[in-house]
Amino acid sequence: MEPSVQTEALSKRYGGRTVVRDLHLIVRPGEVYGFLGPNGAGKTTTLRMLLGLVRPSAGTVRLFGRPPGAGRLADVGALIEGPAFYPYLSGRDNLRVLARHAGVGMDRVALVLDLVHLADRADDRYAGYSLGMKQRLGVAAALLRDPRLLVLDEPTNGLDPAGMADMRQLIRRLGAGGRTVLVASHLLGEVEQICDRVGVIAGGRLVAEGSIAQLRGAVGLWVLADPLDAAVAHARTLVGTERVRVVGGGLELSVAPERAAWLNTELVTAGVAVRELRPRERDLEQVFFDLVEKGTADVA
Amino acid sequence: MSRSFSAEIVKLVRRPSCWLLLGIALVTSLTFTYVLPYASIRSGTGGPNSDRTLPMLLPDQLVGNSLGGLPIFLGAIVLIIGVLVVGSEYGWDTWKTVLSQGPSRLEVYAGKVLALAAAALVVVLAVFAVGAVAGTLIAVTESQPVRWPSIDDLLAGVGAGWLIAVTWTMLGVVLAVAMRSVALPVGLGLVWMLAVQNLLAGVAAPLLDWVAQVQKGLPGPNAGSLVAALGAPRDTPGVAVVVGAGQAVLVLAVYLIAFVLLAALLLRRRDIG
Ligand SMILES: Nc1ncnc2c1ncn2[C@@H]1O[C@H](COP(=O)(O)OP(=O)(O)OP(=O)(O)O)[C@@H](O)[C@H]1O
Ligand SMILES: [Mg+2]
Repeated sequence: MEPSVQTEALSKRYGGRTVVRDLHLIVRPGEVYGFLGPNGAGKTTTLRMLLGLVRPSAGTVRLFGRPPGAGRLADVGALIEGPAFYPYLSGRDNLRVLARHAGVGMDRVALVLDLVHLADRADDRYAGYSLGMKQRLGVAAALLRDPRLLVLDEPTNGLDPAGMADMRQLIRRLGAGGRTVLVASHLLGEVEQICDRVGVIAGGRLVAEGSIAQLRGAVGLWVLADPLDAAVAHARTLVGTERVRVVGGGLELSVAPERAAWLNTELVTAGVAVRELRPRERDLEQVFFDLVEKGTADVA
Repeated sequence: MSRSFSAEIVKLVRRPSCWLLLGIALVTSLTFTYVLPYASIRSGTGGPNSDRTLPMLLPDQLVGNSLGGLPIFLGAIVLIIGVLVVGSEYGWDTWKTVLSQGPSRLEVYAGKVLALAAAALVVVLAVFAVGAVAGTLIAVTESQPVRWPSIDDLLAGVGAGWLIAVTWTMLGVVLAVAMRSVALPVGLGLVWMLAVQNLLAGVAAPLLDWVAQVQKGLPGPNAGSLVAALGAPRDTPGVAVVVGAGQAVLVLAVYLIAFVLLAALLLRRRDIG
């Protein structure tokens, strides 16, 4: 099937600075894709290019196989870098104006207001909204056309913890119905909770891509055993020398965690006392920091 | 485009500052064209410039009286409306919100241009309407006959007023797109309308012949010539015969088209946000 989003060698320069470079991004239909990166990584700039708001310096963008900016932007809803509305209109009237621009029926307005739990304040002037209410209205506007592709830039920005949980649930629900969702965020936990696949961007480049599990990288087993020497020697004969590393008085084994019981039996049978044996996971945050550091270092 | 037009009309109509500007346009127009001249006639204290006699305030002078403000102060007001309608989308960062709903930039732009043309017509018609009421009241009070200009004169007057108003509005649009904001374009637009134009006409043109020649190609003097030809009082700032009416219409139309195209080109090419 045709990708919902596809960029090829996408780059953007501002003056002498390249803020997005050589980005090859593919978001498949129906997936919830997380676009993860620290402040200033180039997430918003990339999304602006996807929507045709900013012209790429090089490379191409395709949404459902078509370049944006060629006529109407079909089947997309977006909230880019914070909500922006007409302050003198109410939330509802803002959406009505947008519904006219979009050419959708006014019945969608009440529906999306309900979805983001803003119906009871919808007739107040936008200028008087709290940050979280503005954010909700922004998400409502993105849903107005019931789009096949939903692009959300920091969707939980400004929401309280309950609101955040709510919004994440909403995004998951929206993504479940065959809709493609592209979520940009600098919040690792958020992306981890809602996304099927993640692209990590740093210094304007895609430094890693995959499922959360893939990003965590090779998992293995962590073993504390006595005597250490015997444990190391025996483990090496069992799983191969290159799969065993001695770290801080213990053993890191690059083997599938499911082999823990087997390994335990083997070690104990060989006369090694096993004190601790558990799956070894890389800390996701650490993975993220490493990736980002690598990305930024390469650029510099 | 009709979608964008209807959306832009809603934004215009619901926006308090638009009504404020319309109100100011009407009050200024009424004050300087009718109230103050009439007060001076009534008190018999004709100032140093007592050209405005009672016959000039009567309904048959409606066309000229209604057009007199357009070269300068009414022009300044419609220019601000043009800046607001386009510049606010930058100021509030709402371009992205609108464009994310699907319309192309030029589609939204076309909707704005049409909505502004409608707004300019409303301003011109409102000035005519208020003038008609004021003239009638004065005529009745002074027991003068209530005679109206011919339909042809009225249509020509409204048409000329609309052309001038739309041209100024689009100057505001060009400034807003070029500077991607509201404050600076309004400021510079007003400096041009209220200060530079007057300095050119009052100070520079009499001194230097080439300035006088350049004047003939600028929108302000052409607007002034057009309204003068249609009977606007010659003592109104900006009203003076510099070129013929036919040429004035042509020059203004060229400016209007140039402004519309230039803003479209800039809007299409440049990044948003
Ligand atoms: N219009 C612009 N002119 C100049 N530089 C810009 C412009 N827009 C973005 N940049 C630069 O591009 C880089 C990436 O910005 P961008 O907004 O895409 O980052 P981001 O990943 O969305 O960050 P955040 O998490 O803070 O939202 C930044 O260094 C920023 O300063
Ligand atoms: Mg951003």
